[in-house]
Amino acid sequence: MNKMSNSLKTGEHWLASPTTRVLAALIIVFVLGLVFNADGAFFKWGTHRDMLRAVSVYGILACGMTLVIISGGIDLSVGSILALTAVCFSLFTIHYQTAVIVAVVLCLMISSLCGIMSGAIIARFKIQPFISTLAMMVFARGLAKWVSGGQKISTAVQQADGTYQYVEVPGVFNFINSKLLGDNITVVTVIFLICIVISYIILTKLRYGRYLYAIGGNEEAARLSGVPIMKSKLLAYGLSGLFCGVAGICQAAQELQGDPEAGISYELSAIAMVVIGGTSLQGGRGNMWLTLIGVLTIGYLEKILSINAIGEDKRLMLTGAIIIAAVLLQKTKK
Amino acid sequence: MTPQNFNNNKPLLRMCGIGKQFTSTLVLDDVQFELRAGEVHILAGENGAGKSTLMKILAGVYTAYTGQIELDGTPARFNSIHDAASAGIAIIHQELSLVPTMTVDENIFLGRELSKGPWLTKKQMQQKAKTLLAGVGLDIAVSKKVGDYSLGIQQMVEICKALAFESKIIVMDEPTSALTDVEVQRLFAIIDKLKKEGRGIVYITHKMEEIYRIADRITVLRDGRYIGTAPAAQLGQTELIKWMVGRELSSQFPRHQANPRQTVLKVRDFSVPDQAGKPFPVVDKVSFELRAGEILGVAGLGGSGNSELLNGLFGTYGSRVSGTITLQDKAYYPTGPGEGIKAGLALLTNDRKATGLILGMNIVENTTLAALKKYAPFGWLRPAREFESARQKGQSVHLKAASLTMPVDALSGGNQQKVAIAKWVDTNPAILLLDEPTRGVDVGAKHEIYELMNQWTAQGLAIMLISSEMPELLAMSDRIIVMHRGKITAEFTADDATQEKILRAAMGNTDEPYEQGSSHH
Repeated sequence: MNKMSNSLKTGEHWLASPTTRVLAALIIVFVLGLVFNADGAFFKWGTHRDMLRAVSVYGILACGMTLVIISGGIDLSVGSILALTAVCFSLFTIHYQTAVIVAVVLCLMISSLCGIMSGAIIARFKIQPFISTLAMMVFARGLAKWVSGGQKISTAVQQADGTYQYVEVPGVFNFINSKLLGDNITVVTVIFLICIVISYIILTKLRYGRYLYAIGGNEEAARLSGVPIMKSKLLAYGLSGLFCGVAGICQAAQELQGDPEAGISYELSAIAMVVIGGTSLQGGRGNMWLTLIGVLTIGYLEKILSINAIGEDKRLMLTGAIIIAAVLLQKTKK
Repeated sequence: MTPQNFNNNKPLLRMCGIGKQFTSTLVLDDVQFELRAGEVHILAGENGAGKSTLMKILAGVYTAYTGQIELDGTPARFNSIHDAASAGIAIIHQELSLVPTMTVDENIFLGRELSKGPWLTKKQMQQKAKTLLAGVGLDIAVSKKVGDYSLGIQQMVEICKALAFESKIIVMDEPTSALTDVEVQRLFAIIDKLKKEGRGIVYITHKMEEIYRIADRITVLRDGRYIGTAPAAQLGQTELIKWMVGRELSSQFPRHQANPRQTVLKVRDFSVPDQAGKPFPVVDKVSFELRAGEILGVAGLGGSGNSELLNGLFGTYGSRVSGTITLQDKAYYPTGPGEGIKAGLALLTNDRKATGLILGMNIVENTTLAALKKYAPFGWLRPAREFESARQKGQSVHLKAASLTMPVDALSGGNQQKVAIAKWVDTNPAILLLDEPTRGVDVGAKHEIYELMNQWTAQGLAIMLISSEMPELLAMSDRIIVMHRGKITAEFTADDATQEKILRAAMGNTDEPYEQGSSHH
């Protein structure tokens, strides 16, 4: 793995490299799954496929979150923007029967615009990302409720006479929910993996990716080196918004409706995944593979607990404990 | 300057056979150090020689080490910073350890507040803080926040913090690196007082003149090994440098013959308003010219506005400046760092950790940051090109590093500075604005930076230089302008300039009023 060869070059022992430590958490969880395999359920590929499907929407949010956190910020608005896009996408495709490509482009534009607005407020008025995106979280939620009239936008469409009539599920919903490669992987998972690759390319191959690391590492030094702070932040938050849009579309397809209440507390799950991956909340460090490992760690944990029929109460408590354990595992001993 | 009554044979502190290992590298090997009551003992050596490590062992920061420490003749071993502090050891760090948002008295008693039961005795603490501050000749409001005061005063507060706990051993790690001359004088007066009270002072500095001003004895470390200890009066400067670098430097300041060419920068009535919103400008209608191939020194005490002048020209304050500037025969108006770089300016800031480098990024990434567009056609990075260029630039500034992919915070101060310099060389500037280019840099690296400055001017670059080390400024500048409260008060050629003349102008006393360019004051 790329990070590992890097640490070899710097003379650091590979066992001490961050990737190894993060991977250790995933492996421990995976081994737990092998032991508590719920009568062999864990050995079936279907279990893993379902885990990947369940974790994909969160994972897409975590992609944008990683970009923002590396730049030294945070984005609390992802859950609300997800709901807003889910509502808009359902309205376009179910009620107005807009062409799919138009609906997708419009929704992604709306969600990106929300992100760009947060970014602009942060960069232009020097307002803390926590506050700015908190405001966007509340605003976008309100917007989602206003657009939807507080109703779930489902295939039960109210007619002129007040009665409800079911319309056909849009083809795009069915497509996103379908499985590929002989039922072995779902389309959402493929979308999630594409998001990971796009974020990876931005962070490692593009000039603006380098700028995000520089700004997260030391904003003033970056500014004095001529790094365009404003553009870089707009890009980070705009991309986070864009990924929220993608996640929102997937969410709508999976639920077969646009729920203005969807995505509540998803921002915290996304942050948890990034943090378990070892990306520092202080910014300047981290990468996409770490986030992928973080997403899989939480995904497997939830799956293993659920196939062993452990209730949600205990599942939440255990997840909390695991977050701390994973972060402790990464702490380098001084 | 001989310690009188306290010069007995029993030392306050003795460290013997000290060794310290970080993972696989030995950073201290069989080092000894001795401190007597009432002496100022200079701990000298290049960056990376092990001075700070030795002091961190003394302060209880590092608890795993070999060897012995004796305090007043009895063996001691500190397991925590608190342990060492209770034993009477205080360290005043290069980076101050004050909390800027807390008041002066809260800072002085931080962690060891005076109290009656659970209640803090605020009045008593304020009273005691006032007494302590008066003892160092300072009369300031103790209920104001520390962050509201200048670095010089903050340093004094830090010293008072040490005094509040009756520390017998006070370690000062480059205490003057951010102080003005006046503040330095005050610090030295306090050190003298502390000596007379029988305290022992360990003083770490890179400034030659300071060493001979205050030292009683000098101990030199090199590459983690003990080189020797000698009374300051018996260890000459040449000999001391030889101890530190292991060789003789041909000349301390090797400025070559300057060959000034055409004017590259013309500045008329340039002003920078106070960034905190105070009504008077920090740079006030300054006019001067800079020619290719010359080094223009900009002298001034703290608050003179010389650093703000360089920052203002570069674009640090955006367009919140005023004046008429011609840069390489084109009109130039600062709007931001990016535009300044495009116009051919480069600013080496005076604090590489806070504003110069991205410490967590590696050498290559730091070197190419300011000119990243070169390495990213259509936005796509070319790592191989970056690496090759960083290797060349690193070589040209004599960067010493195990690997170019190691993070810069793992480098010594001198090498960090060289990375910051390499970054600006990479932008191919016409004018280099150097704000304290040798601050916190060891003797060997300083020499290399001087040689680089010679090389650049020979290539036709123009340099503006700020240095709080007067001998350095005098020796390296071809011309010196002196600033006082935002205005230029004098200009000297290299031959004319003396330390006294500059200081007089910097304090605002000029024999005849200086007229800059065509503007009158």
